[in-house]
Amino acid sequence: MESILAIAVGILVACAVFLILARDLIRIMLGVSILSNAANLLIFTSGRVTRDAPPIVPENVAVPEGVIANPLPQALILTAIVIGFSLLAFALVLSYRAFATMRTVDVDAMRLAEPPYPGQQVPSGAAGRQADRDPARLPEVAE
Amino acid sequence: MIAWLLFWPVLIPILTAALCLIFWTRPDVQRTLSLLGTAVLAAGILALFREVWTGGIVSVQAGDWPAPFGITFVADTLSVTMAALTALIGLGVAVYALGDIGHVRESNGFHPLFQALLAGVGGAFMTGDIFNMYVWFEVMVIASFGLITLGGEREQIDGGVKYVLLNLIATTLLLMAIGLLYGATGTLNLADLAQVVPGHPDQGLLTAIAALFLLAFAMKAAVFPLYFWLPASYHTPAAAISAVFAALLTKVGVYALIRVFSLVFTPTHEFTYAVLLVAGIATMLVGVLGAIAQDDVRRVLSFNLVSGIGFILIGVGLGTALGLAGALYYTVHHIIVMSALFMVAGVAQRLAGAPGLNDLGGLYLKHPWIALLFFFVAMSLAGVPPLSGFWPKVILVKAALATDAYIVAAAALVTGLLTLYSMAKVWALAFWKAQPDHVVAAAGPGILETGEMSRGEQRLTLLPVAVLALATLLIGLYAQPLLTLSERAADELINHQPYISTVLGGEGA
Amino acid sequence: MNSVILHTATRILTSLILMFSIYILYRGHNEPGGGFIGGLIAASGIILYSVAFGSSWARHGLRVSGLSVAGAGLFFAALSGVLSGIQGQPFLTGLWYFPKLGIEAKVALSTPLLFDIGVYLVVVGALTTIALELEEARD
Repeated sequence: MESILAIAVGILVACAVFLILARDLIRIMLGVSILSNAANLLIFTSGRVTRDAPPIVPENVAVPEGVIANPLPQALILTAIVIGFSLLAFALVLSYRAFATMRTVDVDAMRLAEPPYPGQQVPSGAAGRQADRDPARLPEVAE
Repeated sequence: MIAWLLFWPVLIPILTAALCLIFWTRPDVQRTLSLLGTAVLAAGILALFREVWTGGIVSVQAGDWPAPFGITFVADTLSVTMAALTALIGLGVAVYALGDIGHVRESNGFHPLFQALLAGVGGAFMTGDIFNMYVWFEVMVIASFGLITLGGEREQIDGGVKYVLLNLIATTLLLMAIGLLYGATGTLNLADLAQVVPGHPDQGLLTAIAALFLLAFAMKAAVFPLYFWLPASYHTPAAAISAVFAALLTKVGVYALIRVFSLVFTPTHEFTYAVLLVAGIATMLVGVLGAIAQDDVRRVLSFNLVSGIGFILIGVGLGTALGLAGALYYTVHHIIVMSALFMVAGVAQRLAGAPGLNDLGGLYLKHPWIALLFFFVAMSLAGVPPLSGFWPKVILVKAALATDAYIVAAAALVTGLLTLYSMAKVWALAFWKAQPDHVVAAAGPGILETGEMSRGEQRLTLLPVAVLALATLLIGLYAQPLLTLSERAADELINHQPYISTVLGGEGA
Repeated sequence: MNSVILHTATRILTSLILMFSIYILYRGHNEPGGGFIGGLIAASGIILYSVAFGSSWARHGLRVSGLSVAGAGLFFAALSGVLSGIQGQPFLTGLWYFPKLGIEAKVALSTPLLFDIGVYLVVVGALTTIALELEEARD
């Protein structure tokens, strides 16, 4: 069972890397979300998958009897899911704001904070201070 | 009582952040709380520092769960020094923010986010559990996401996208590395890992995990070739925010790197140390060359920040006690100087109303004190004696020569020279030269006299810069105490048996 | 939303949901439930109210800003760890106290409960803030 899950983690990571390497911001976001899910599945697999009793201590007993499933990965994954979810929510809102500000989802064309490459054409919303000051560096883009 | 002080770097900022949130609609109350909170934080950490300095390593188990099952907090010389610097910079930035942060950012939650950032940084320094370290990283990261986009200016959104994406990927990689390490060893406590890892049968797997950790921490610490998010984003937020980022965030990555690779992955030294040396040299040189090429003052400083990380890395990568001591000395110096430089650059940019070297100028004539402060701190960064940047570079070069690593020594010296050039260039172009004609023509001759800052704001922002400049002079003139401190911290890292036995109790020996 | 059925039902439902969320919060230590899920339930009650009567009435009913509620929750959660220090125990050690009320029912007061109340308030505050902002952004 672990080996199947391990292969699944590998496929997820491969998909995530493929998506993150794209220039489209939305694809990158999807890739990151798949990557964080892969990490969660990886922790789950590292905790070993067992078919024993659930890790619940019966009433009036201090220590459970027999072998129980490992409860720690659940706690780790729960923490990681909550954190990953909140970070991803923030990143999505930021992507939306980025699109609204710069009118592009192409991360290569986002050059507001940095000067554009020599000769690079940048959508008018995404051009930075440098370009504002020095029109020679940035050819006009027809809207 | 000492057990309580260990939680101080986390507890006090969290309580302050909570109080700031309760007074959400009252920025004036938040301002007082923020100042008070950082002052209390600094006082408590200094007390903890004294305890650790006289009594040695201390550890405490949260919730009374015994190690290695519960979450451990440990204070050794390194972690408590870093926590003390966090509090010092926190206090400085809290004062600086009074004159810099502005009403919009304040009413959108600067103070609670700033305190949450301090809590995350402090927690990452104090924890003795690798998963808990991940959690504090995330607390720090999410607070920094809020801070870097706070105010929502157009450039901030662009810088924020790059910062957020790279940090998201880095923390996910860290989580994967932690998951794999847990799968291989079955424990998450750093001291316990230090015992389990050397005797582990599958060292090849552990080397792969170590490489993943190295990758994740290197992304956090802005190491070549994973540094490019830093100069893309650090110049965009308010000056107070970039000052605290420059001082602390990359250092947390460096700290985690030092901690994990001195304590857990000792058998893989040769591989990781070779990687660290090469990455360190590349980071140093690329950083300083980037700094020379840039126009925006804070972007110049961002590249210099990257270059400084390279210095720390070569100290770690040399693998000797002297090299490590030099790296730790450099870390202390770099935290102080970098935050001071970002602060004074922020003041200069606001006074001149322009960020770029082309538009700045004439500041020496109108504001000689600001120009002198910048000059002073910049020379310290460049390593001019008797300021604090001189000694760690001497130690690092000495350590490199002692291990016959001549290329490392040469790279460090070249970088030092180029840093001097880049700082001199900034000073000459931004402060010394006359105000450029096109700026005078556009804004009128009076721009520098009033700027956008009132006298009171100028005093508030320059006070912490002056204190930090004094600190860099003092640790330059009286280098011996800090050197002793660095050597002791390095010794604790290399001979880590006391750390393990303190955390795990008697059975660790 | 202008619907008589929704208005009438919401008045009863919101109070029921809020009471149920406190029940879930209290039973959470040893049985399914707890601060997080309780907070979600309470937030859904407040969101229902704002859907029925508009966000300005929901804000009026809350009296304080959602973020202040979240801040108070964070404060309680941190405080629950500090309390154990007064008794000389390490940070976050659970303390239990069983007051004798002279009735059959057993009441347990503890620092984990205080922590859970903190979580409850954080979730209520944060979710309410987000939901009300979204509600207003739509208009």
